Amino acid sequence: MTVSSNSHQQENGRFMTVMKDILARPSGRIGLTLVLFHILLALLSPSIAPYDFKLQNSSLMLSPPSGDHWLGADHLGRDILSRTLMGGREALLVTGIATPLAVMWGGFIGILFGLVGGRVDEVLMRIVDAFLSLPWILKMLVLIVTFGTGIGVLIPTLTFFYGIPVIRVARAATHDIIARDFVWAAKARGHSRISIIWRELLPNVLDTLMVEGAMRWSWMLLAFSSLSFLGFGVSPPTPDWGLMISDARGFMSFAPWGVIAPVIGLSSLIIGINLSADALAKALGIDRAQKAPM
Amino acid sequence: MSQTPFIDIKNLSVGYTSRSGKTIPVLRDVNLSIARGDSIGLVGESGSGKSTLALAAMGYFKRGLHVISGQVQFDGIDMLNISRNDLQHLRGGRLALIPQNSGQSLTPNLRIGQQITEALRLHSDLPANDFDAGVIDLLSQVRLPDPVGLTDRYPHELSGGQQQRVAIAMALASNPEALLLDEPTTGLDVTTQAHIMELLRDLAKERNLAMLYVSHDLGAIARVCNKVMVMYAGETVLTGSTKQVLLSPRHPYAHGLLASIPRLHEASLPQALDGRPPMPSETIIGCAFADRCKLADKTCHSSPPPLDRLDTGEAVRCFHHDQISQLNQKSQKSARSMPVAVDKDTALSLVNLAVSYTQPGLLAKLFASQDTPPSTVDRITIDIKKGETLGLVGESGSGKSTILKTIAGMVPRQSGNIILNQTEPLDTMVEKRPSAYLRQVQIIFQNPDDSLNPRHTIEQILAQPLRLYYGLSGAPLRDRSIAILEQVRLGAHYLERLPSQLSGGEKQRVAIARAFAADPEIILCDEVTSALDVSVQAAVLDLLDVLKRQDGTTYIFVSHDLAVVKAISDRVAVLYQGRICEIGPVAAVYSAPFHPYTDALLGAVLEPDPDVAPRLTADDAVELSPPKTGCPFQRRCPRKLGSICETDIPTMQEIAPGHVIHCHIPRADL
Repeated sequence: MTVSSNSHQQENGRFMTVMKDILARPSGRIGLTLVLFHILLALLSPSIAPYDFKLQNSSLMLSPPSGDHWLGADHLGRDILSRTLMGGREALLVTGIATPLAVMWGGFIGILFGLVGGRVDEVLMRIVDAFLSLPWILKMLVLIVTFGTGIGVLIPTLTFFYGIPVIRVARAATHDIIARDFVWAAKARGHSRISIIWRELLPNVLDTLMVEGAMRWSWMLLAFSSLSFLGFGVSPPTPDWGLMISDARGFMSFAPWGVIAPVIGLSSLIIGINLSADALAKALGIDRAQKAPM
Repeated sequence: MSQTPFIDIKNLSVGYTSRSGKTIPVLRDVNLSIARGDSIGLVGESGSGKSTLALAAMGYFKRGLHVISGQVQFDGIDMLNISRNDLQHLRGGRLALIPQNSGQSLTPNLRIGQQITEALRLHSDLPANDFDAGVIDLLSQVRLPDPVGLTDRYPHELSGGQQQRVAIAMALASNPEALLLDEPTTGLDVTTQAHIMELLRDLAKERNLAMLYVSHDLGAIARVCNKVMVMYAGETVLTGSTKQVLLSPRHPYAHGLLASIPRLHEASLPQALDGRPPMPSETIIGCAFADRCKLADKTCHSSPPPLDRLDTGEAVRCFHHDQISQLNQKSQKSARSMPVAVDKDTALSLVNLAVSYTQPGLLAKLFASQDTPPSTVDRITIDIKKGETLGLVGESGSGKSTILKTIAGMVPRQSGNIILNQTEPLDTMVEKRPSAYLRQVQIIFQNPDDSLNPRHTIEQILAQPLRLYYGLSGAPLRDRSIAILEQVRLGAHYLERLPSQLSGGEKQRVAIARAFAADPEIILCDEVTSALDVSVQAAVLDLLDVLKRQDGTTYIFVSHDLAVVKAISDRVAVLYQGRICEIGPVAAVYSAPFHPYTDALLGAVLEPDPDVAPRLTADDAVELSPPKTGCPFQRRCPRKLGSICETDIPTMQEIAPGHVIHCHIPRADL
């Protein structure tokens, strides 16, 4: 028992040091602040939004920002501030569930391929490559058109397609680790295969997967917004940044506020996630971006 | 010889800025001047700043480093305030660098000829249609065989030694006036290293080069340098002629460093240099070496010693440089445990062991094709007594690590037997061995950075064998872990640390502790000291010897370093291409009569003594697979008798009881 609680403490200690390291970097501070801000907003926006997001007021159609409506109103006269504040909820919910699921299944399969190795791994990876070579929007649309839109379809679709690149990363990390002497040492000592995977391999592969997950999250958000933009994501009148951009783009020349507000919402979240992922990679010491010695 | 300095580094301090904004120096007020025809050796432990200084001579600083003060001049040119273009023209032009790992410094997808042509185009006045002739001329200058054929080869087709020669040829393409060498022979075999040293020595003389040679290998420095500068914690602690520094060092650190090198002509373990150098971030009040110094007194801890110039031409940074002779008396080396008695039981028998990496495919099996390559390891028959240390030496590719891995069950045998304790067969791979056998054979790897899981604490690392073999948990587990840590001279406070928080020597101690935790019969040591600094190596060798005396453990000790093997082993087997050339008690193998290969190896060892020149008998060609018939050494043997060496397996000649030489040369002539 003492040992397990010890190792627990160790993990806790490591979490704290990594956290400290992330916060010591400007990118980490800015990134985490942005992400936390958006998560809080998603939770609280229904109660802080000044107006009902679906309330249409024909007298306000495409009206510019004013004292009552700080960010103006859209083509149906709905308050843009309220809609922008709530526009990230659906996206965060869907990607927040799909990202960990994608990393989990992609990571599991990737580690498995890496361990099996040899010809089986070769063949399976070519199938993975084939999947990766298709444009993502095409594969997604096929599934969505077949099964319809809605969270029930979007989450599995995103989980499935965004898990595939994770396979590659997890497999490569596994290959790196299993060739190292400490795995050989465990093998020579006579540890079981499960014990080697669990104790020697996983802790080292998880770091890579965490960073990969953070990166995948921002890609997935972008994909979700793109689907909404194309009309395959959330259905109106639910507020969503992608949908809002799509709706307002026709009036961009004379009512740009309808586009600017959701764009800022979406890009600040994605930048926040990317900065956090960057700081996390540096804190974990697996950042490969090194300046060229030229 | 040394008139005007050609490379002149004055009062150079280099540092980096820590995250808290403090400037942390890695080089402190260093002076170095090299004249044409001078060759200066730069010596020190890892982290002493020697590579930083060498690169500073080119006006290059690694990312994050900046000059705090001082200047660097090359033939009167201020290297720190020079335009980028001029600097590029000088580097690789008048000032050439030969890096440590030449295999990585050659572009893998360009033929050798193209790479050298590139160097000629950039940095020589040769007209374009003379490039081909220039390339061949350079390749023959570095004594590469068949220079014409070589121009069409790719770097990966060459051996490490040949790659290093190509790197030297490229450096010479610009007809440089100064040469910087950063550990150019590290990782090469002894014979190859000795040949490259001779080449560098001759080149320096012919071309009157100014040479700066960075190395931790004092043997190599003794061979090519006429002056030596010893660095410690970013400071110069001793400079002088090679003879002065290597034969009668006037600084306690240099003295300790030299004493920690195992020598071929001594039968005892080298003297360990305790402690570790200060980190750059630590503030040093007095002498940086005071904490590790046996001569240190109060003054040493409170005020920094100046670099004193002595009448003899040396410069020493020590208050007590006149008392160095006391160190010699203090450091009476303890004799190593004596060879075990012959009547003891056998711990491990290798009977006609053969290993092959090429598995014959189904078709080859069906047609019993004659083209199967000869086994990587063959005809290995050795009995190892309990408590004995058997050294396995040979160059890379001699099969020594393969034999260890086969014993550990990580590589399958082709034929023959491995028998533990006379009765227990170890013929299966590790997965199928009974756990009672597994516990008895443990292995220690070369590089502790790689053999310790970076995500495990020392406690978790030690718990693995203890839990697996003894089922320990809770308080008994912790107590046992602490006891083992103390055995390897580390304390209980190491338990919570991660490997990355330990120095190289400490990590290797943990790896040793993990092996001993199983309380094994046999420990397989695979080049366990070659990734460590010499001073740390001595301490690790000493530890292994003490533990063995306590527990009566049997070691199989693999190393390419003949002096290390001599220091720790009772018996030695010399291997070439996976076959035994000579086996016997240490004293017998390291003295005449010799197998021609043993003779070649011993002759090529570079001793840290400028008066001892190596004897180069065999050439340094690299063979990729053993010959199909006859003696494994036939192709390189300087004393080859004739066709009998190519057709017949050499006879075993018992020179003395237990000392066997496999050679066709009659015993009297060996």
